[in-house]
This record gives sequence, C-alpha cells and structure tokens, in this order.
Amino acid sequence: MNTTLPRWVDIGLIPLINLALALFVAGLVVIFIGEDPIRAVQILIRGALGSDYGIGFTLYYATNFIFTGLAVAIAFHASLFNIGGEGQASIAGIGVALAALTLDQTHWLISLPAAIVMGGLFGAAWAAIPAYLQAKRGSHIVITTIMFNFIASALLVYLLVNVMKVEGSMATETRKFQEGAQIPFVHEMAGWFGLKMARTPMNISFFLALICCVFTYLLIWRSRLGYEIRAFGFSEPAAVYAGINPVKITMIAMLLSGAMAGLMAINTVMGDQQRLVLDAVQGAGFVGIAVALMGRSHPVGVLLAAILFGILYQGGAELAFEMPKISRDMIVVIQALVILFTGALENMVRIPVARAWLKLDRRSA
Amino acid sequence: MDIDVIIQLLDSTMRLSTPLLLACLAGLFSERAGIFDIGLEGKMLGAAFMAGAVAAVTGSAWIGLLAGVGTSLFLALIHGFASITLKGNQLISGVAINFFASGMTALIGQNWFRQGGQTPALRGDARFQSLDWPGASALADVPLIGPIYSDLISGHNLLVYVAFLAVPATWWVLYRTRFGLRLRAVGENPGAVDTAGVSVIRLRYSAVLICGLLCGVAGAYLSLGTSAAGFVKDMTAGKGFIALAALIFAKWKPWNALWACLLFGLLEAIGNKYQNIDFFGLFIVPVQFMQALPYILTVVILAGFVGKAIPPKAGGVPYTKER
Repeated sequence: MNTTLPRWVDIGLIPLINLALALFVAGLVVIFIGEDPIRAVQILIRGALGSDYGIGFTLYYATNFIFTGLAVAIAFHASLFNIGGEGQASIAGIGVALAALTLDQTHWLISLPAAIVMGGLFGAAWAAIPAYLQAKRGSHIVITTIMFNFIASALLVYLLVNVMKVEGSMATETRKFQEGAQIPFVHEMAGWFGLKMARTPMNISFFLALICCVFTYLLIWRSRLGYEIRAFGFSEPAAVYAGINPVKITMIAMLLSGAMAGLMAINTVMGDQQRLVLDAVQGAGFVGIAVALMGRSHPVGVLLAAILFGILYQGGAELAFEMPKISRDMIVVIQALVILFTGALENMVRIPVARAWLKLDRRSA
Repeated sequence: MDIDVIIQLLDSTMRLSTPLLLACLAGLFSERAGIFDIGLEGKMLGAAFMAGAVAAVTGSAWIGLLAGVGTSLFLALIHGFASITLKGNQLISGVAINFFASGMTALIGQNWFRQGGQTPALRGDARFQSLDWPGASALADVPLIGPIYSDLISGHNLLVYVAFLAVPATWWVLYRTRFGLRLRAVGENPGAVDTAGVSVIRLRYSAVLICGLLCGVAGAYLSLGTSAAGFVKDMTAGKGFIALAALIFAKWKPWNALWACLLFGLLEAIGNKYQNIDFFGLFIVPVQFMQALPYILTVVILAGFVGKAIPPKAGGVPYTKER
C-alpha cells in the first residue's frame, strides 16, 4: 500500500506518532520499575535544558549524534545500511590523535584542519574495505561493517596498549595534547564576546557539525552526485540503465559516510578528552542509526533527532542521579524503542494512517 | 606442548563452542527461511538474564531454562512481527532487539538484585551440573584414551551435549523432512512455495520461533551452565555476532556450522590461555589479533577469495502475496 500522503503527514505526523509510541512504552518500563514517569520526564527535561550547564552537555552529546546520524543517513540514501559508524569513528580517533600529537606545538587553527582531514581520511579508510567488497564482490555490507566494528576495537586496544600508550604508564591512553591542539570550548568562545557560560565539554566541533548538515543537504539534494546517489538507492537497475556506475556510487557514498562518522572523533578526542582513550565513541555510532531513522535521513531531521538524543543522554545522567532506580541503561532502552518503532515497526503506524487519510480524502472530494 | 595441555585446550573449546553452536544453528533456521537475524546477540542476552534471574529465585535450573527460552521466544516474535507481518526492515529490527536486550537486562538486573546488574551466584540445582559418564573415573588413568574419555567427552553439562546433538538434528530436519524442504524453499523462492499452496507466513514464523528457542538455550547455557554461575552484565560480549560470523563461514550448512563454531571456540580458548603467542621467536601474535581473527576470517570468506559464501536468495526480502 503506497498511497501518496501529503508531506506533513509523511515527515511530520508519522515520525511523531512513532516517537510517541516509543516514549509510551518507555513510560511503561519506568512504571514497571516503580517510578513515576511524569516526574522522570520533568527531571530529565530540567537536567538537559534547565541550565546553560545542562544545555552545553546536551549539545555536546548532540554533536556526536549529528555526525554519526549524517553518516548513516548518507549511506541510507544509496540504500546501504552502514552499521560500522562505531568502528569508523574509533579508527578516526587514531587519525585525529596522530594529527594532534604531531601538531600540538603549533596553533589550533593549524591542527584543527589537519585533524579534520586525518579523521575524515581514517574514517573513510575503515569504510573503504566493506564498501569495496559490497561494490565488487557483493559481500553484504551490514555483515562486513559489523565485523569491522569488532576488528576496529581489537586494533585500537592493540595500538593503545603496545604502541601509543605513554611509556611506563598503566592507563591505556596517549599523552595529553598540548595547547596547540586544544580546540576552543564554547564557553571560551562565549567569553570572546563577553558572555559568561558554564564550563561544559561543548566545543567548536558543534559548528563543524552544523556545517556538515548544510553540506549533506547540498550534496544529496542540490548536486549531480547526490542525484546519482538517490537514484541508485531508489532503484539500482534503473540507475544502471541511466548510466550511473554502481561501483562508483557505492564507494563514494560509503567513503563519505565513513568520513562523516570519523569527524565525530574531533568532538570527543580533540574537544573533550584531549587525548586518545580506549572507549571514546561510547556507542554514539549506534545512536546514529536511531537518529538517521528518526530524522528520515534528512539533515534537518537528523539535527532535531540528534538534539533529542542529546537531551536523553544528558537528562538521563541527571535522572540516574536523582532516581537511582532508573540507571543510564534506560537511555539504551529508549534508543532501542525508537529504532524499533520508527524503523522496524514503521508500517504498524503508516498503513492505518494511510488508510484513514484515503478515507478522509475521498469524503472531501 | 604435551597431551594434557592439548586435552585442556580442546575441553575448553567444547565449552566455548557450545553457545556459538546453538546460536549459529538458531540463525541457520531463520536465515534459511529468508529472515535475516542480526538479533541473535540480543536474544541470547535476554535469555541469559532471565534464566539466571529465575534460577536464582526458584533455585531450579530447569525453570530458569524455561524462563530464558520464553524471553528469547518473545524477542523472536517481535522480530517475526516486524519482518514478516509488517514487512519491515529485518536488519533494523535486529539492531533494535540487540539494544533492547542490552538496556533492559542491565536496568532490570540492577533493580531486582542491586548487584551492579549481576544476578546472585547460583549454587547446586540452580545450575546445570556436569554429567559424569559411566566409567569415566575408572578410565581416567589409562594413557591417552583415559583423559580423552573422562575429560573431553565426559564431564560436561547437559546443554553442551544438547548443542552438539542439535547439529545432526538440524541436518535431519532440514534435509530429510518435508518441513525442512519447505523451509529451505521459502528462503530461496517464497513465490513458488506459495503457489504450491503452502503458507509462507506460517513457515517463516516457525523458523523464527525455532531460532528463538535455540537462542534461548544458548543464553541459558551462559548463565546456568558455565563457570560464571549467574548472569553478568553484557555477558554475551559479542558471541551472537561470532555465531553470525560462523554461520556465514559455514555457508549456512549445519555440519559446516559445527566445524566453524569449533574453530572459533578453539581460537577463543587459545586466546584465553595464552596472552601473546610467540612463533619460534620469529614474530609475536598479539592476543588482540586472536580475538579479531573470527571476524577477519568471516570477511575473507564473504569476499569470496576462499570459496564464496552465497546467502539464501530471498534472505531479507519480505514476501508480498500477489494482488
């Protein structure tokens, strides 16, 4: 059943109903645990948005999810499912750390662009092999990117334990980047304009993420390449018939996707930790799947969904503090429910809504 | 390396292969029927938790096993509903189930037992005890045969034997029964099965439920049948994905699945026993390489450089009856 629904129903109403269902089930889980869901939501919202401190953290998390969400979204447009954001981002962390460690005697205006290039390159490189195998050998990209996530984590452990660790130290991390590779925090940037903001890890990469949203929009909807990607994603035989090279499009879409996931490392490794640690990605690669699904692979949707998940992460931390029964694992449950209702069970809402719309349409005509 | 060390390694290989094998055969049923399942990990995890929790409360491993299987079946039904009835994306549904299990087990585990997501340690009848085969202790001192019989073959718990017996059983069901023939057909060409008057939907639901059953046993084994003696947060630790890798490595065939799971179990056993392996002083294989090897091998197999792995033709495609 694929009746044409008006745009506001398709990209507004249906995702909202799906989200509401996911939150409703999450509320049932909270009741099951024996807490008041309404109060939980109040604490969550207050924790995430009630102060400049909360907002800073919310947007810091959102920055990660914008990058990983865009990564999944770009691949989705070529009808490729990139589950490998987690691995791509952690390998990109190595690239970012290499750039930062080499250039931290200079100035962040030099080290930041270098780190962007290196992070993007490393992330893209980690996506390149699954992309090539999909394009040339037909190996299913979902499976290969899952495998590459595990390979990435083993590789990262090896490098940190044996190569990049500070000699004599027990901690599996590189040395701290010096001043030349410390990018400005947003509270510092606010200081340049004489504004006062609470100290949070939110940093200049937030603006890089916004630029990436605009870039993705222009790429997918306003460029020839984007047209080819969408055509390929819509129907591979039709695209091939129209002279679009499937190997080229698969490679380009996945490389862009990997690079986008890789840029996340700027926010965590360079912006927040200022050193490469073992678990810098912390599942953000997977959150990207939920964000892209909820945002319907559109940059504006991704931005909004990323902020929503930022609120959940920051508010969830506050919630775990005030209601110890609701630990941070609740966020993973909500994330699962969002993926389930907006992704896998989407037709549960779409089909009845489409039917109801059809009835309304007939009556008014 | 003397014989005792080899026996010890093979012994732990059997124990480590058990959950992989059960989960791998679970995936085999589902994928052979055309339903991709990357949610093996989540179903195992959910089952491991419920089995551990219920066994801790009731003191019975059997009731624990039932609870574990029930949980896994519930998650399998969600997957079936999403991918068969609603024709949703099977991969996305699998991802959702993995996260759901990972979050819920940690959340509820902490609330019920307040031990950082663990269930209380299980003792006595709350675990599956190892079974000693007749004459195991009498034969133990006979050279070579003794240790092989008494350590390697005897002395595992029931679920280990169930896992290994599940291999011929799966082969028999798939290749020697009418149900198996139809199940394989529905994964290759559901249209033909439908034309023959057999319900595609019912076949696929059966496959998904068998998958849930086996994943449930696999999960229950982790919390009730291993030395962990209870549930530990995120205790599957990627085993569901190794099982998935083994399934591809085995090219979706039951006997191959046995060898693939034994190989991956052996790799894990070696990785657990030795940290870094020194190859005659020439080079050192780091432990992380051993851990990554199953995944690397799977990618190589998928790439088709060493024999091509061709998945069931209709895998991942929802079936829509002609209108």
